[in-house]
Amino acid sequence: MSSETKQILTTDGIPLEVSLKKAERKNKIKAFLLVAPLLLFLIITYVFPIGDMLFRSVDDKMVTQMLPKTFKAMENWDGQELPDEEVFAAFHEDFIKLVENKREGKLSTQLNYTKNGFKSIIKKLRRKSKSFEEGNYKEQIMSVHKRWADVEYWRAIQRRAPEFTGQKYLKGMDMYVNEEGKIVSVEEDRRIHRVLWLRTLEIAFFVTVFCFLMAYPIAHLLATLPMKYSNLLMICVLLPFWTSLLVRTASWMILLQQQGIVNDFFVGIGLVADDNRPEMMYNKTGSYVAMTQILLPFMVLPLYSVMKTISPSLMRAGKSLGGTPFVAFWKVYFPLTIPGIGAGCLLVFILAIGYYITPALVGGASGTLISNQIAFHMKSTLDWSFASAMGLMLLSGVLVIYWLYNKIVGIDNIKLG
Amino acid sequence: MALPKYTEPHYRIWHYIYLTICGAVFFFLIAPLFVIFPLSFNAEEFLSFSDGMKRLDPDAFSLRWYKDMIYGTKNPWGLAAKNSFIIAIFATIGSVILGTVAALGLSSRHMPYKGLIMAVLISPMIVPLIISGVAIFFFMAKAGLAATHTGIVLAHIILGTPFVVITVTATLSGFDHSVTRAAASLGSDPVNTFMKITLPLILPGVISGGLFAFVTSFDEVVVVLFLAGLENTTIPIQMWTGLREQLSPTILAVATCLIILSTLILVTAELLRRRSERLRGINR
Repeated sequence: MSSETKQILTTDGIPLEVSLKKAERKNKIKAFLLVAPLLLFLIITYVFPIGDMLFRSVDDKMVTQMLPKTFKAMENWDGQELPDEEVFAAFHEDFIKLVENKREGKLSTQLNYTKNGFKSIIKKLRRKSKSFEEGNYKEQIMSVHKRWADVEYWRAIQRRAPEFTGQKYLKGMDMYVNEEGKIVSVEEDRRIHRVLWLRTLEIAFFVTVFCFLMAYPIAHLLATLPMKYSNLLMICVLLPFWTSLLVRTASWMILLQQQGIVNDFFVGIGLVADDNRPEMMYNKTGSYVAMTQILLPFMVLPLYSVMKTISPSLMRAGKSLGGTPFVAFWKVYFPLTIPGIGAGCLLVFILAIGYYITPALVGGASGTLISNQIAFHMKSTLDWSFASAMGLMLLSGVLVIYWLYNKIVGIDNIKLG
Repeated sequence: MALPKYTEPHYRIWHYIYLTICGAVFFFLIAPLFVIFPLSFNAEEFLSFSDGMKRLDPDAFSLRWYKDMIYGTKNPWGLAAKNSFIIAIFATIGSVILGTVAALGLSSRHMPYKGLIMAVLISPMIVPLIISGVAIFFFMAKAGLAATHTGIVLAHIILGTPFVVITVTATLSGFDHSVTRAAASLGSDPVNTFMKITLPLILPGVISGGLFAFVTSFDEVVVVLFLAGLENTTIPIQMWTGLREQLSPTILAVATCLIILSTLILVTAELLRRRSERLRGINR
């Protein structure tokens, strides 16, 4: 009996099982081929470049390649006393080659990242090295500047020997490897990045809280009003949602300026004196107000879509069973909206934590976020490896949040309007 | 929302407080947009309401900044608008084609590793723009596409496809696959089936995804800031520069035009949403 069931054949004489598997595989390939163009496109233009950022952020081959002989000679150096003639001679040889190719400027920039004070002594060395005599390079180099006779500077050079480094990541957290090879924090007044990370988290957190507090009542109103009114009010949410980010930022710049309408209003009702108008822009207040208004629709829409599905009879049932409206709300309605709250909060938080344009325009110095620092290093200092490292630190934070989002609401539940 | 007659007074008060809060939030959401509109007709060069405007004096209003936007000497808005539209249109076409085809594959029940692939496809929407900007810049610089229209279009396709994938997969989730099988059994080849049966049915989803892609491209500034040269300037770039350097009323004229554009897009999107809801209602 059992052998007979196994032997069911299709009309072509192939066992059914085999034929089915073949058809399934064909369907799988078909489905995959449809996705393949976009997947391939994104992998080449997007996923690999992010991998490239990872590589750039730890890549430190530049100095390794500029001073190959020096690092070879340094292998036998214990790093306690000044290195001996062999290292100095190797360094001289490497350095002459760099000067020939006009690359000693790059070396000085790179070494200056490790320890301040290399720029001037390398310039001096270039000038003096033209008149160097053969042999006894240790004496000659040390006589150029007293820092060349300081073992600290040679240790700094030695620290650049490895091809890969996590130094940029440490710098992103205001830490560095000191002379003894220990990881320590920079002095308190120079910890700019930690301040920025904390401020980014703080602003993202409070913007999320403000958005939640404002979005909850209006989402509730939209979900409970009759269709014809709620459709009209929905425009108030959707119009800002579809309007250009820069237009909305511009309108906040007009409203919040010192001679602006908000200040006029405060003066008008006598809240502040005309000659003492508060600065509401180019500081944290500006970032808070503008970001909250801009991100508010992203909170309202998920809340609304969840609230829309809650039947009003549930509240009535709660009340008829003896709960006051507040108890009925708190025990029945609120718990049912938690999926929407989770979705809205995480969406707003993720968007806020990577915000760039609005803080750059209305945030001033005290309202800028980590993204602004990344852009600054991309466009101004051209320290791309540092920008990459900070970008990846931010990205890993976002991925953790995204993972939580997926756990709580699921990716498939993202709703757009 | 009228209250029932038996409502106790303190709940009545609470209800009016609640309505006031809602009114205030709606005001907070929408009012900033309406500030731009009257100020763009300002006859003066200031960005606040002049005394004449407060008295509604007709002389205080003018079309001066609109004229400046269109005819102004060495003004960048013409070139920027042309670039913005060209880039957004090509980016939308690219996103819609790639995104729709991918969504068709994704919503097949035979698709292997669905979760993982979906995560990759919509990642440009989740990763903060600044990081996407850095990564895309590295790629375009290596490929020699920095400061070209092609590069910006490709970048915007990356950013726009997730929206198309999401809206089209959502539309396809309510799609009755027996109609395509019926077409196949009647002798239609897959391409013909797609064009004649599937596409007309999922069109609302495709168009609203396309609208998202268009707006994303048209409004995108972070990635373009890294990629654009002087020749590739777009409206958002010009607004960004203008807002950083000095707020001129011309920017408000441009902003007003953009608000009108977004209103049109909103109306289209709403109509499409209602249409697709109605269609789905018939299916049920």
